[in-house]
Amino acid sequence: MPNKFKNLSHDFPILKRKINDEPLVYLDNAATSQTPNQVLNRIGDFYQHSNANVHRGVYTLANEATAAYEQVRNQVAAFINAPSAKSIVYTRSTTDSLNLIATSFGNLVVTQGDEILITIMEHHSNLIPWQQLAKRKHATLRYVELNADQTLDMADLKHKLTNKTKLVAITQTSNVLGVTNPIKEIAKLAHQHQAYIVVDAAQSVAHQKVDVQDLDADFLTFSGHKMLATTGIGVCYGKPELLAEMPPVQFGGEMIESVSRTNATWQAAPWKFEAGTPNIGGVIGLGAAIDYLSEIGMAEINAREQQLTAYLFPKLTAVNKLTIYGSKEASQHAGIISFNLGQLHPHDVATGLDMLGVEVRAGHHCAQPLMATLGVQATVRASLSFYNSVEDLDRFVQAIQMVKEFFAGESK
Amino acid sequence: MSLNKLNQLYMAVVMDHASHPHHKLALPDATTSVELHNVSCGDDIRAFILMKDDKVQQVSFTGNGCTISQASASMMTDALAGLTKTEAVAGCEAFFQLVMGKQISTKAKAWLGDAEILGSVAEFPARIKCATLAWHAAQEALEGGN
Repeated sequence: MPNKFKNLSHDFPILKRKINDEPLVYLDNAATSQTPNQVLNRIGDFYQHSNANVHRGVYTLANEATAAYEQVRNQVAAFINAPSAKSIVYTRSTTDSLNLIATSFGNLVVTQGDEILITIMEHHSNLIPWQQLAKRKHATLRYVELNADQTLDMADLKHKLTNKTKLVAITQTSNVLGVTNPIKEIAKLAHQHQAYIVVDAAQSVAHQKVDVQDLDADFLTFSGHKMLATTGIGVCYGKPELLAEMPPVQFGGEMIESVSRTNATWQAAPWKFEAGTPNIGGVIGLGAAIDYLSEIGMAEINAREQQLTAYLFPKLTAVNKLTIYGSKEASQHAGIISFNLGQLHPHDVATGLDMLGVEVRAGHHCAQPLMATLGVQATVRASLSFYNSVEDLDRFVQAIQMVKEFFAGESK
Repeated sequence: MSLNKLNQLYMAVVMDHASHPHHKLALPDATTSVELHNVSCGDDIRAFILMKDDKVQQVSFTGNGCTISQASASMMTDALAGLTKTEAVAGCEAFFQLVMGKQISTKAKAWLGDAEILGSVAEFPARIKCATLAWHAAQEALEGGN
């Protein structure tokens, strides 16, 4: 493996800590990534030297803060190859971004009798906003199902995507199955039917190069905290002509052009969507995170994570009675592997792994309709990042064996 | 690497209740029943309470969950049956105190029976919700439910 990935614990001091007297093996990167010193220091530096509110004062500090805040918008645009920084709206999170689209754009374009097409592998955050929109507008919410190998059934998608479809909302990479969907192809199909496409890139943007113009996404959303930045900062990319049509959904300071006793007018996008003092520190950190990722290179990060997944996958499939959800091909897993261990409940497995320093998620992963389709209540999920090591994965597999043996010895 | 500490949580009596839970069935003539969900894992437990006068005559549960939630539900059905309504509600409260690592009275310990050993859950804070789910359902059922 390239040297770039050696000694990353210098950048991520948390990776040096111990959990229950064992070295930490952090495998819950799909829930949130760890934050490198470079991001934390940039935020600290901002608060120590440049802090002021943005888009308000005329004094030097306020100008510096505003310039830094807007400079990151350029960086985000470049990171996802957006046509303009004005197509980048800062939000709280992916969830916040998707709610903004469903509320503002959804209310604008979806009418009675329309169909909204999503997939059964969506996270609740890319499901419930559309479910609610469909209820509000008396529209129909339809689901694309899975193939036998638990990848997206493209034939079903083509069948359900019709001229009635107003909007397609789909995850780029599933937070449970780890599969990456062919967004470019789906966008093309959606546009052939005059439907819009909303892409949830929360699980992809830190793991592969995402290019909104190449994908031809109408909207694309992601969160800072899954890409080395802090919690509370998200991004909503929208095509400029669509953002221009959309009404704001929150009102207050910063988003207005002028206000009288009886009326108000809004700024242009993206600022009309950013009411109130924004998460300035979060934005500054997001810029540092993009610098960090870009310095390594998204192609190299992707290759590294593929290598780690390819290393881990056969070791897991070799464990007797371990069931992996999703494709049987490691290359289809984008660093996310959900599994169950025999009849053991995921919580019991996760507690055992935790005792051995291995931090994984156990639960429904905010994807209950998918869990129902898979026929399970919950799963264990391990999710990798480029900063994980081969040693981490060896410890993880060893820990699974120990947990399995522990419960095998306990009356099961 | 060692899992010795896990033995504090998954003791033989816990594993026994989980693999052979007591009173795991619906009570069609229950006075009240309440279903609760563990939002983090999607586990669900419904507690059924059959009252006669002021006494808890029968307690049962249905639903799926991990070893801890199933064992705890099973122990709950044993513990609350036969108590008065006031005692049963106080028993649930005592159990909540116990799994948070607090001391409980000798009288409360007698009510809880086997469930007293789940005091070890206090050492595993992430699992407190698993242990308390059935008891919260029972408490709500005792206090009215539907």
